[in-house]
Amino acid sequence: MAMAMAMSRSNAGRGIRLMSTSGWWKAVEPAPKDPILGVTEAFLADTDPNKVNVGVGAYRDDQGKPVVLQSVREAERRILGKENMEYLPMGGSVKMVEESIKLAYGENADVLKDKRVAAVQALSGTGACRLFAEFQKRFRPESQIYIPVPTWANHHNIWRDANVPQRTFHYYHPETRGLDFASLMDDVKNAPNGSFFLLHACAHNPTGVDPTEEQWKEISYQFKVKNHYPFFDMAYQGFASGDTDRDAKAIRIFLEDGHQIACAQSFAKNMGLYGQRVGCLSVICDDAKQAVAVKSQLQQIARPMYSNPPVHGALLVYSILSDPDLKALWHKEVKVMADRIIGMREALRGNLENLGSPLSWNHVTDQIGMFCYSGMTPEQVDRLTSEFHIYLTRNGRISMAGVTTGNVEYLANAIHEVTKSSEKELKAGAV
Amino acid sequence: MEGQADRDGDLRFQPTAGSAVSAFQHLEQAPEDPILGVTVAYNKDPSPVKLNLGVGAYRTEEGKPLVLDVVRQAEELLIQDRSRYKEYIPIAGLVEFNKLSAKLILGDGSPAIGEKRVATAQCLSGTGSLRVGAEFLSKHYSQHIIYIPVPTWGNHPKIFNLGGLSVKTYRYYDPRTSGLDYEGMLEDLHAAPPGAIVLLHACAHNPTGVDPTQDQWEGIRQLIRLKGLLPFFDSAYQGFASGSLDADAYSVRLFVGDGGECLIAQSFAKNMGLYGERVGALSIVCRSATVATRVESQLKLVIRPMYSSPPIHGASIVATILSDRNLYYNWTVELKNMADRIISMRHQLYDALKARGTPGDWSHIIKQIGMFTFTGLNKDQVSFMTAEYHIYLTSDGRISMAGLSSKTVPHLADAIHAAVLRLG
Repeated sequence: MAMAMAMSRSNAGRGIRLMSTSGWWKAVEPAPKDPILGVTEAFLADTDPNKVNVGVGAYRDDQGKPVVLQSVREAERRILGKENMEYLPMGGSVKMVEESIKLAYGENADVLKDKRVAAVQALSGTGACRLFAEFQKRFRPESQIYIPVPTWANHHNIWRDANVPQRTFHYYHPETRGLDFASLMDDVKNAPNGSFFLLHACAHNPTGVDPTEEQWKEISYQFKVKNHYPFFDMAYQGFASGDTDRDAKAIRIFLEDGHQIACAQSFAKNMGLYGQRVGCLSVICDDAKQAVAVKSQLQQIARPMYSNPPVHGALLVYSILSDPDLKALWHKEVKVMADRIIGMREALRGNLENLGSPLSWNHVTDQIGMFCYSGMTPEQVDRLTSEFHIYLTRNGRISMAGVTTGNVEYLANAIHEVTKSSEKELKAGAV
Repeated sequence: MEGQADRDGDLRFQPTAGSAVSAFQHLEQAPEDPILGVTVAYNKDPSPVKLNLGVGAYRTEEGKPLVLDVVRQAEELLIQDRSRYKEYIPIAGLVEFNKLSAKLILGDGSPAIGEKRVATAQCLSGTGSLRVGAEFLSKHYSQHIIYIPVPTWGNHPKIFNLGGLSVKTYRYYDPRTSGLDYEGMLEDLHAAPPGAIVLLHACAHNPTGVDPTQDQWEGIRQLIRLKGLLPFFDSAYQGFASGSLDADAYSVRLFVGDGGECLIAQSFAKNMGLYGERVGALSIVCRSATVATRVESQLKLVIRPMYSSPPIHGASIVATILSDRNLYYNWTVELKNMADRIISMRHQLYDALKARGTPGDWSHIIKQIGMFTFTGLNKDQVSFMTAEYHIYLTSDGRISMAGLSSKTVPHLADAIHAAVLRLG
């Protein structure tokens, strides 16, 4: 009683201030700007009329405008006024997840028939990767993750925050601006048996460099020899070649070889649902019973993170994938996006060659997907920004989705300007 | 774990991790979530008189989920605005939504907002806001212990543990009075180490429905400030508890009014009926604007590796409603209707038990506030009610008043009556 009475009697009650006047957060340092998203912020702040944003990987049409797919607008129209907004289960929309894994593994995949896939709705690709990283930490606490060099910067953050130690493996070959296949295979062979590897299923981010089908087969074979665990991040299915089956080829090869893989899927780019945060994490298991167990454990990770995933985006994805007409329309629209990007690659390369650049620009059309790893140095990138108001990440990654018939010449000129006299570049390019 | 492969042989039929064994062979099926598991069990029951009083989602008098009129109107407005694209929103969420959410909980003229001392990030409902807050604290705050009340929402300890904090408890509910153990609470908080974090339910405590009085809140505030403890508010029922947004924000505003710092997790799941859209906000009230800016930048580093940026849809709906005077006003009316219906259910249930002469003091049913009533029934009585009367509730005896209607109150009263008589 005494304490309670003392508290309520205190006349100076409302005058009691904090014990410490300086607050608890004085020691908090300002965080560095996100290297990718910070680029768009800077672009938006620039008032120059010629400014070009080839930073963040969000699709733009040839007018440089963001696009909402027709199939998405139709799906929105269909669900308007009908959503009841109840909580989804922890594992998300079962119907959406079923469609999602059909898309990834192929409608007639044995793993689906045998119900061996544990799958949950996730918060786009990031959320799917994070769920897997936490799952890996919980059930394979001794394991590490091998991450390609380079990779999407946030991959490092994700596995770090999940407390999974990281190692790297060779991937990009700066001299050829292609795949360093020999070193990649060496790293696969030298890693301890049973290592976990992060693989980009298609349209590698940031380089756009993908293994060929033959190379994927060799990688898969070596993974079998070494009993490695393949985790695929598939953020661009359909977006790379225009064909969803073709873009999932690596995964299908691994499945044929009997690997039990895990896969993070994102609908941010291929359905243009960026802000809806829709994705899927799937883990292939021994049998149906284990799949049920694995799914239950994935749910246990989701529950204390966000309880259950958002319903709106899931309904959009399900509406599109489950309706044959909408799905067909969507496939067409994805191909249009992919084709436009391929066209811009050709245009950019053509322009640079016509300008008489002494460097080789084959990689612009050899690489695939949203990004082109130009090979430009940070200093050259800085010049592009300060002199030409062209915004991209300092690793020289150009988002081809931001290139249009209206700005490709300007872009080519600028790139030519900042690279034409680089000795190092000349040496590297002269193959 | 040597590779079993014969290089000349066909590896096709040997799964990864050799010897035909999965990398996750050893893992076991997780137990059902105790709260969400209730609905799973309810769904399986074929009985026509079954009643779901488990999860806290509002139901109408007809037992149906409710989508607010203002929400439907906001959706119409949003879909018609073709200039809206579905791009990524910022890591910390929609700017407009964040401003409006902070204003809603802190009050229009809050000096903390005027002085730009509040860092707000849109998060995935209450759960997401709590988790982001916990991870932020574990990375940047010197104390990693959080005190939670007994009892509390079942998901709280897991959120904080996985967020990197260790969990201790303070006394809260007094089963003898079915009310607050105020003295016990103060004693336990007094014994906490300086700087420890304290989880406070802003109103409509879940699962008990027992809230401190205004005087008691003042006593709690004084003690917390005296001991230099850091308050972390979970505000999941603003407007939903009493029907008044301001009244339900009393505790938070009391603390912020003394100039001190705190964290606030807001959910729009119940008060806007946006459950599945996962809309919420984490606000950190700081001592200065410069600190708030730095705090916001660090929040982004917690969010980015978790899900990059929050979902756009639900937050857009909330921002549309909060920023439009008519929609806002209509929302307050709909909110009051929901709160009033729940209060009415409380009275009806209390009256029904009195009418049956059910042994015991049931006045806590009308004293407690918010979505839930902590009946005081034990596990066995709960099991009995499920088995014999097809009534589904969590084993701690918590019932969701929102799941009741005038038609179903008699059935529940019968079940409680029988349970108390049979197993009392």
